Amino acid sequence: MENAYLQLDDLTVGYGREAVVSHIRLALRRGEIASLVGPNGSGKSTILKTLTRRIPALSGKMTLAGADIASLPGRRLAEKMASVLTDRVTPELSTCFDIVSAGRYPYTGGFGLLTARDREVVNACLAMVNAASIADRDFASVSDGQRQRVLLARALAQEPEIVVLDEPTSFLDIRHKLELLEILRALARDRGVTVLMSLHELDLASKISDLVACVGQGRVLACGRPEEILTDDRVRALYGLERGSYNALLGSVELPRPAGEPRVFVLGGGGRGIRHYRALQKAGVPFAAGILPENDLDMAVALPLAETVITCPATGPVPPARLSDARALIDRAGAVLDGGFPSEARAALLRYAREHGKQVVADYTQLSEVLS
Amino acid sequence: MAAQVTGRRARAARYTAVFVGLGVLFVLAVLWNIHTGSVDISVREIWRILLHKGEVRREIDLGTAGASTVSAYNIIWKIRLKRVLLAAVLGGALALSGFLLQTFFRNPIAGPFVLGISSGARMFLAIVTVALSTAMTRVPLWITVAASFFGSMLTMLFALAFGRRTRNMSMLLVIGIMLSYICSAVTDFLINFADEADIVNLTHWSMGSFSGGSWQDVGVSALIVLPTVLVVFLLSKPLSAYALGEGYAQSVGLNVRRFRLALIALSSVLSACVTAFAGPVSFVGIAVPHICRILLRSEKPILMVPASFLCGAVFCMICDLTARTVFSPTELAVGTVTSAVGAPIVIWLMISRRRAQKE
Repeated sequence: MENAYLQLDDLTVGYGREAVVSHIRLALRRGEIASLVGPNGSGKSTILKTLTRRIPALSGKMTLAGADIASLPGRRLAEKMASVLTDRVTPELSTCFDIVSAGRYPYTGGFGLLTARDREVVNACLAMVNAASIADRDFASVSDGQRQRVLLARALAQEPEIVVLDEPTSFLDIRHKLELLEILRALARDRGVTVLMSLHELDLASKISDLVACVGQGRVLACGRPEEILTDDRVRALYGLERGSYNALLGSVELPRPAGEPRVFVLGGGGRGIRHYRALQKAGVPFAAGILPENDLDMAVALPLAETVITCPATGPVPPARLSDARALIDRAGAVLDGGFPSEARAALLRYAREHGKQVVADYTQLSEVLS
Repeated sequence: MAAQVTGRRARAARYTAVFVGLGVLFVLAVLWNIHTGSVDISVREIWRILLHKGEVRREIDLGTAGASTVSAYNIIWKIRLKRVLLAAVLGGALALSGFLLQTFFRNPIAGPFVLGISSGARMFLAIVTVALSTAMTRVPLWITVAASFFGSMLTMLFALAFGRRTRNMSMLLVIGIMLSYICSAVTDFLINFADEADIVNLTHWSMGSFSGGSWQDVGVSALIVLPTVLVVFLLSKPLSAYALGEGYAQSVGLNVRRFRLALIALSSVLSACVTAFAGPVSFVGIAVPHICRILLRSEKPILMVPASFLCGAVFCMICDLTARTVFSPTELAVGTVTSAVGAPIVIWLMISRRRAQKE
């Protein structure tokens, strides 16, 4: 790429002589966010450690705005690149302000005393991560979410052009995950800070990143925009998902479907079937789903979980053939679970089920006697 | 922001108070040490003998000085002054060495005695003394210092090899105690089979003592310790970066590998010097930095380095005074007193940490 800021060229990383990930190519423009995804132990952290020079590269080249990372003096590199690591930080008697001011290291004088401008930067960084109010709190006493934000502020206090984060969202609850990623987005957008991180959460990676690199089997399997990269099949292959599935559209993971002859027919539609599908999956009851318009919200969950799904075109009436397929499934199943989304087909099938003596219920728990 | 400024002022006032307090205590401890003993010397007399040494000397030579002045002069210049100075310099060195080791191991319980470094230095000293005893009657000072330095480094490397990976305080303690036992066993073995006269100074070092040093000892130890303290003080900034962990230290541009070596070397020099001149003095390295943390409510090296040194000096002077006066005329080893004060602090530290971890 012509105007790439960070460029990894045929980089091979590993420990000692053993390569963990080979022939990495990656180009990142200023202000872009890139995520490394992949299973545990695939080498995401090794790549980041190499980039931040904690371990030497085995071969290949890393450049930052054209400058070779390996040969930059430590202090110069620290002015350009800052990290948020997975290392536990356990200083004692240090306030959050103290921790953030540690990021001023490359700029302070021989004794590390803070100037008025250093203080200004530290306060601004604390404000940027919404942590100004805890500046004087003891770092050891703040919550995990706050801690991670303070460590990000510490990195920002280096006034870097690129921030490298190793699994910044681990151990955070969903609210703090979103908060952190939002801050990173704002940084990239408003300040042109480039972000490279490893992430466990595929859904978050696809939502926040401009670029996703899948790391697995000792190489970068794919690299590009998340919507191109994170396809169902690729994610299954990357993580070796033999059971269960990944939905690229929603970025969500489903557990494996219960196998066997469908014992329940779920009348879904409009997203009302999803809770029934999940309940049946948890109970290990094989089921059929229908009749779902092809663009229905229920489809995303019905497809990976249901034994059979009966679909119909998004517009127009339900074809008679589909209706008879559904009736055949109801005949074979013991009961019908009704999602309650009103449609002509649903009304017809409910009537059919009752006429044929099938149990019709609106909630999974009412099914228990039929199934036991 | 206004709250931040007031907070900063309050902290600055606290730091000033601590350093002024330690400075005053330092002067008081020196005077008190010189004053007290089998013969008490008045402060006025001390003042005159210290600051107008030449004048008093002349009076003594001319025979115009009183008998009490003569004995006071001799006591001060031949016994008490060098002893208190040795206690101050070596006490400061011990405390600082402890602080460096705690930073290095990221463990508040690390210290030269607990990690077995003092015992290692003593073992090496014993080996060298016994080996050379046939060749020379008195082992030169520089060999003593060098031997104890190598002993310190060697034990330190062992402690590192075993204890580096553990963040567990008790584990590190166990490793240190075991190393310490091994080294003591070797030392005792040598002492058992050596000639009584050759190793007279080894046996009296079993608990450590500041007595019996010469002016040369005071000079050499000051010459080793004071520049080392200065170097450590100049390293305050990288020390504070290192306290966040090696990963972060490296990420802000510190050459971690080189700095790690510097830390090991500096703390070894300090603890080796103490062992060479006073033997193993226990627990000062843990107790004093901990007292300083409580006083300063901060762990910033730029404060901790000078505070630990000063406080260590004061601590050892007071302990030495206690050792020689409490059961006078019987004199305790200074290590006995420092253990009695220091060991409870270590126990308390471990218990309070465990409680904090559980919460």
